[in-house]
Amino acid sequence: MLEALDILLTSSFWVAVIRIASPLIFATMGELVCERAGILNLGIEGIMTAGAFAGWVTVYLGGDLWLGVFVAATVGLAIGALHGLLTVPLALSQHVTGIGITLLATSLTYYTYRLVLPKVTSPPKIEAFEPYAIPGLSSLPVIGEALFAQTPLTYLSFVCVALVAYILYRTPLGLAVRAVGENPESVEAQGISVVAIRMGAVMCGSAMMAVGGAFLTMSAFNSFFFEMVNGRGWVCIALVVFGSWRPGKALLGAILFAAFDAYQIRLQQVTGGVLPYQLFLMMPYLLSILALIIMARRATYPKALMIPYLKGER
Amino acid sequence: MRLEPKDTKSLAASILYPVGAILATLIFSSILVLMAGASPFSVFYLVAKGAAGSQFAFFETLTRATPLIFTGLAVAVAFRAKLWNIGAEAQLYIGAVVTILMGTGALPLPSYLLIPAIMAASMLAGAVMLLGPAFLKIRFGVDEVVTTLLLNFVILLFVSMLLEGPLKDPMGLGWPQSEAVDDAATLSRVVKGKRLHYGFVIAVGAAIFLWVIMKKTTLGFEMRAVGHNPNASGFAGISVNGVLMKTALLSGGIAALAGFSEVAGLKGSLSLDLSPGYGYTGIVVAMLAMLNPLGVILSAIFVSGIFVGADAMSRTAGVPSYIADVMVATALLTMVTAIMLTRFRIRWR
Repeated sequence: MLEALDILLTSSFWVAVIRIASPLIFATMGELVCERAGILNLGIEGIMTAGAFAGWVTVYLGGDLWLGVFVAATVGLAIGALHGLLTVPLALSQHVTGIGITLLATSLTYYTYRLVLPKVTSPPKIEAFEPYAIPGLSSLPVIGEALFAQTPLTYLSFVCVALVAYILYRTPLGLAVRAVGENPESVEAQGISVVAIRMGAVMCGSAMMAVGGAFLTMSAFNSFFFEMVNGRGWVCIALVVFGSWRPGKALLGAILFAAFDAYQIRLQQVTGGVLPYQLFLMMPYLLSILALIIMARRATYPKALMIPYLKGER
Repeated sequence: MRLEPKDTKSLAASILYPVGAILATLIFSSILVLMAGASPFSVFYLVAKGAAGSQFAFFETLTRATPLIFTGLAVAVAFRAKLWNIGAEAQLYIGAVVTILMGTGALPLPSYLLIPAIMAASMLAGAVMLLGPAFLKIRFGVDEVVTTLLLNFVILLFVSMLLEGPLKDPMGLGWPQSEAVDDAATLSRVVKGKRLHYGFVIAVGAAIFLWVIMKKTTLGFEMRAVGHNPNASGFAGISVNGVLMKTALLSGGIAALAGFSEVAGLKGSLSLDLSPGYGYTGIVVAMLAMLNPLGVILSAIFVSGIFVGADAMSRTAGVPSYIADVMVATALLTMVTAIMLTRFRIRWR
């Protein structure tokens, strides 16, 4: 029993928590931005897969690491533009197009992977981002290493949260984005284009999701595998609800979720095969569903979420 | 640019736009084939030949279409009522688990009793799988897309647990695979020596059954009404929640039959690679069929043909068989766009 609690006091546990949380933070922020503008983006799983591959393949083909991040973001932006085009001006069902985008992005990624590496069975590793310890802060007990001795992409994920929060709540642009998700008519009445705001939000949000995917290949596993995103995207959609569409709460949700995930891996080692390992692997998904149930009743959805805006209607 | 509803649906448009969607899909995949350094014409010829160029190929296409008809129907029924069931994959696996539980000697019944019993139990299990998310949607307002998606992962892990534990075949040389079902629980072949089994016939029967339900019964009318406008339906005295629950029962049950038919008809036993994503491909099948149950038969055969043909093609032409997934996904997106354009006009201003 004590062993199970001791885990929480080890520095390596918290380092793992933040590492597991980083891709979720990027993707959750991306989904949050889309949904705040009224667009559900179920392309998230595919966009993360595409981002993971784009970043990895750029470095594999000799590109710089930051170029890889840039390429991943650009790929996300492009897929986001497609999702935006289908859902905003064309007003198609966001559920169907989102699933379609996931299928398309995933299969295109696998196709391209096979073109680049026709016969390889175990994908090669790249020289990924190294942890960078911030002098002084990283020597704080327990959490120092977790928060201040991570790879640059983790720091970027925190910057991402701050930026999203700042833009959403402190700038006219953010006000417009939030208003578009609540009451698009009022925004249009102010002479601001709902289509432009929604397109922009979906594109930027998708770029963040892609960087989240790139974290997996460029900061965590250093290599690209099939099905490596493995439901993380869907979990992020649950995290957005859990965070009540607020960046700070969503960040907290992502860290809590990652803590649970890291904890179950370690608990599995402590309990040593008493329970089937699949039970532990199920936990993150069941936890997401539980989070949805707990939060959904209290959650205040953006009122125009999933409602297409057609000029001239009503 | 803005959308304007068209007053009348012109026949020309409802033919031209879907044809345009297929053309766009072909052009896009041609570009990808060119990237692989092959000629699109020879690749498409090889795909068509691999899908329908011989008796063997054609039967193979119908065999692979069977689970897609079931999952396509499950999605079509649910989407009609705007119940977004993305969990056909999980329901399929639950159907397969029930088939193994009942078909490996637990019930010493003759075939004509055992098979209907297994089908009924599978459907029940699949229906229960979808009732959970439907209940959460109705009671707590939890989006069923995310819950059904997450449950796909949970159920796959659950099946993996069963296959390494209680359902593991002791003779399986350590592979996580179940025992084979008894002869009494096995669906026979439609044509001797071919892989096509009676699951295909049951699938076609299910499509006709659902077509009748959706077009000719009150429930079908209510499902369409709820899908079109839940508020108005409620005001008109339809029990929206009741309709959603019935839809969930029907959809989950049909999806589970995909698992039953794959185990009892084709594979004989259960392993984790039973479905290469039939639950997700069912979404494409249903959308291409414009959610019409009879159309699902044709679109399932079409989609299955692309997969079977692409497998054959990639062995000879050296183009990755993932081109099939790309084509199917592109067809989904271009087709939903085409369907929209038959109903709306784009005004540029």
